[in-house]
Amino acid sequence: MVHLMSTALVRGLLGQAVGFLLGLVLVLAGRGLLGLDTSWEAARQPALVSAALVSVLGFMLASGMVEDWLKEMRGEPAPLRHGPPEGRPGWWRYLSVDYNHKVIGIQYGATSIILLGLAGLVAVIFRLELTKPGIEFLDPNRFNTLIGWHGIVMIAAILLGVGGMANYLIPLMVGARDMAFPRLNAFAFWINVPAVVLVVLALFWGWDTGWTGYPPLGVFSLAGIDLFYIGVFVVGLSSILGAINIIATSLGMRARGMTLFRMPIFVWAMLATSLIALTATQLIGLSFLMVVLERTFGMHFFTPILTEHAKAIGSPPGNPLLFQHLFWFYSHPAVYIFVLPGLGIISELLPVFSRKPLFGYKWVAMASMAIALVGFLVWGHHMFTSGMSDIMRVTMMWTTLLVAVPTGIKFFNWLGTMWGGKLTFPTPMLFVLGALSIFLIGGLSGPPNGTVTTDLFLHDTYWIVGHFHATMFGGFLFPYIAAVYYWFPKVTGRMYNERLGKLHFWLMTPAFWAMSLSQMMAGLWGMRRRIVDYDPALGIEPFHLVTTVAGIVIFIAMLIFVGNIVWSAVKGPVAEANPWKSRSPEFQVPSPVPEFNYDRPLVVVGDPYDYARPEPYVVFASSSAAD
Amino acid sequence: MSQLAHVHQEEMSYARRLRLNRWGLWMFLVSESFMFAGLFAARFYLWGNTRPELDQTLGLVLTSILLVSSFFMNRAEVAISQGHRKEFLRSLLVTFFLGAAFLVGVVGFEWGLFLPEGPHIRPSDGAFGAVLYGMTGMHAFHVLTGLIFILVVWNLGRKGGFSPERYWGVEACAVYWHFVDLVWVFFYPALYLIGEVAKLH
Ligand code: HEM
Ligand SMILES: [Cu+2]
Repeated sequence: MVHLMSTALVRGLLGQAVGFLLGLVLVLAGRGLLGLDTSWEAARQPALVSAALVSVLGFMLASGMVEDWLKEMRGEPAPLRHGPPEGRPGWWRYLSVDYNHKVIGIQYGATSIILLGLAGLVAVIFRLELTKPGIEFLDPNRFNTLIGWHGIVMIAAILLGVGGMANYLIPLMVGARDMAFPRLNAFAFWINVPAVVLVVLALFWGWDTGWTGYPPLGVFSLAGIDLFYIGVFVVGLSSILGAINIIATSLGMRARGMTLFRMPIFVWAMLATSLIALTATQLIGLSFLMVVLERTFGMHFFTPILTEHAKAIGSPPGNPLLFQHLFWFYSHPAVYIFVLPGLGIISELLPVFSRKPLFGYKWVAMASMAIALVGFLVWGHHMFTSGMSDIMRVTMMWTTLLVAVPTGIKFFNWLGTMWGGKLTFPTPMLFVLGALSIFLIGGLSGPPNGTVTTDLFLHDTYWIVGHFHATMFGGFLFPYIAAVYYWFPKVTGRMYNERLGKLHFWLMTPAFWAMSLSQMMAGLWGMRRRIVDYDPALGIEPFHLVTTVAGIVIFIAMLIFVGNIVWSAVKGPVAEANPWKSRSPEFQVPSPVPEFNYDRPLVVVGDPYDYARPEPYVVFASSSAAD
Repeated sequence: MSQLAHVHQEEMSYARRLRLNRWGLWMFLVSESFMFAGLFAARFYLWGNTRPELDQTLGLVLTSILLVSSFFMNRAEVAISQGHRKEFLRSLLVTFFLGAAFLVGVVGFEWGLFLPEGPHIRPSDGAFGAVLYGMTGMHAFHVLTGLIFILVVWNLGRKGGFSPERYWGVEACAVYWHFVDLVWVFFYPALYLIGEVAKLH
């Protein structure tokens, strides 16, 4: 109990609660002093904004995360506390501020799985509502709140999952002892926690725009939307700081002999991902901030409202399309933040389970970069029906179709890798193959959306919902699950249960196919997105029924997954150091990986995926780093 | 501190640490510049070829103050790199006061907080108000964080921190300050100079 109370999590949450109240009081007192209306109705919006901001500060201060930095600012020495904390139980460091990249990686990963579960549960709830036409148990505002919550929490879960893989794996893969900036790394993780708390609190007041928060509706939405905007803003900050760390680590901390084209391919994927996260994230942050400003101070960026005085000085009106441009300038590239790491995992695992080199390594690496760069030029394909100019529509159509090229390159490289290989099918490989099959439907359903003429019909229908679930499951979730199974023995030193793993796969894959295809069909038959009710005359009830049942099966399969990893982490059989006969450096040290990864420096002497040859990828230098 | 922890600390040389820190800072600035570019683009998207009537003298004075402050920031950095601590601290303080003057100018006069009749343009005045306050506000916020940064560095320098060999903190502060300055070099013409003044109705 004493230990629990002293964790950063508990201290931070208490600090957040205090900060929240303080933020409310500040606004109420301020309004009182200025002689403004202090009734809750009138003061609620600014009070919640202030409470949200102060609560994040409260969390970070109380959690002790910034103590070292504050000391350094005062000129007191603050050496990096590294290594397991003394006099604490083993679990303590996972709930506390710890600078070891592996601890942080697990913190990210565990948080992401918890969020996947919560957002999944919410999806099951609103799917039950959609099984039949009519309104059964969710009124429209609740329904809209839940779909928005599901969407944004899933996105946060994905970002955190990416952070988990990157933090755990990149230092190991490049042969470093930690990330380039360990403190920043811990900060970037912990700031997610108060952000998630805000998004959870947003449920209390609700909001009805869905995950995109479009104005004008966003400007006039329910009170929960400010907490949603600010929560997402803070998650974005974490994403940016994480990206800085990943780029610095993968470019600046590589082992001797690891030239760029001898890096593990996952590092390339993360590099491309981080370039997007570093830059584009600012624009969703900005767009959300602008809506909060419009709501709080009446700064009409996005609604064409002109006061008398504004007319007198000849001001032009605000414009909601501006929001969509800013928002999609991030949110399209963001889909590559979600999938590039996943595609990297696929490229990483296929050679291991095919016992063959990665086909066209350089092409795969460059394709990641190309996807990242071209991805910046396609945002307008989300706005074909918005009233954007024709020139933009046609340009964005062509650039969109261009992205299919590097994606296609990757696909053929994966097939080439497996071609003629000695394939084995343990659970991680099954999930990789499942990912390929699902990403294929996702990818094939993309070009019809990217073509103006067809998208005019498809936009805002359930077809789009089917499309992006397929891309996200195939591009992120399945590879993520594969990665968890694959590195599980490395992380925990124990083996997961293979039979439960296979059960998980065989439940989830067919269920996903059924779910995605029935969503697309419902869309083609006229089902619109983000609406609680539909016309029975459309004849789409069977599709909705399949979607709901399949969704529940997926949820159960994920419960089996979580049960398997939790149980195996404690009770599973002890694993070998290199159960998959991988060439990657982290598999050349004992499991679980020692506190400081490698006690002697790595030297790269071969190619990462050259499974045809006996000589290794890395060797350990003979002299110890410690002397 | 355990033995291992000690090893980890010492493992990375100052030169290597410095190089990583520089990358980190510059990446952060690249990231920030996307946000500022977003605001800049919003200005052109919403205002097009018009702009509101603003106090040109004020704009010119503010811009000059900020540019001059960058000069003193540079002097501070050069001074510490040559070991002239007094000169370093003095230039840093000058930078601070110039920056503070800029901030007071924006908040007190451009935003009209110190004007008895209040601001000529209010935040709620259509796209003019939104963009004007959005851009100057976001920039002013960065000036404010820069001022805090300067104070921290000044305080550390006063206590004998930094040497001609090791002055990363000063360098970071200087680079950040120049960056904030550079942003204004884009914002000033976008707000004060480009486009025709909108006709009053
Ligand atoms: C061949 C590649 C792809 C093409 C051509 C493509 C095209 C499109 C287009 C045009 C839309 C907008 C449709 C509309 O709203 O009317 C869309 C929506 C979407 N796509 Fe893709 N896409 C592709 C791959 C991906 C990938 C890899 C992801 C990754 C996760 C993804 C995620 C999404 C999401 C999340 C949406 C919906 C956003 C929303 O409105 O809520 N897409 N896609
Ligand atoms: Cu897109």
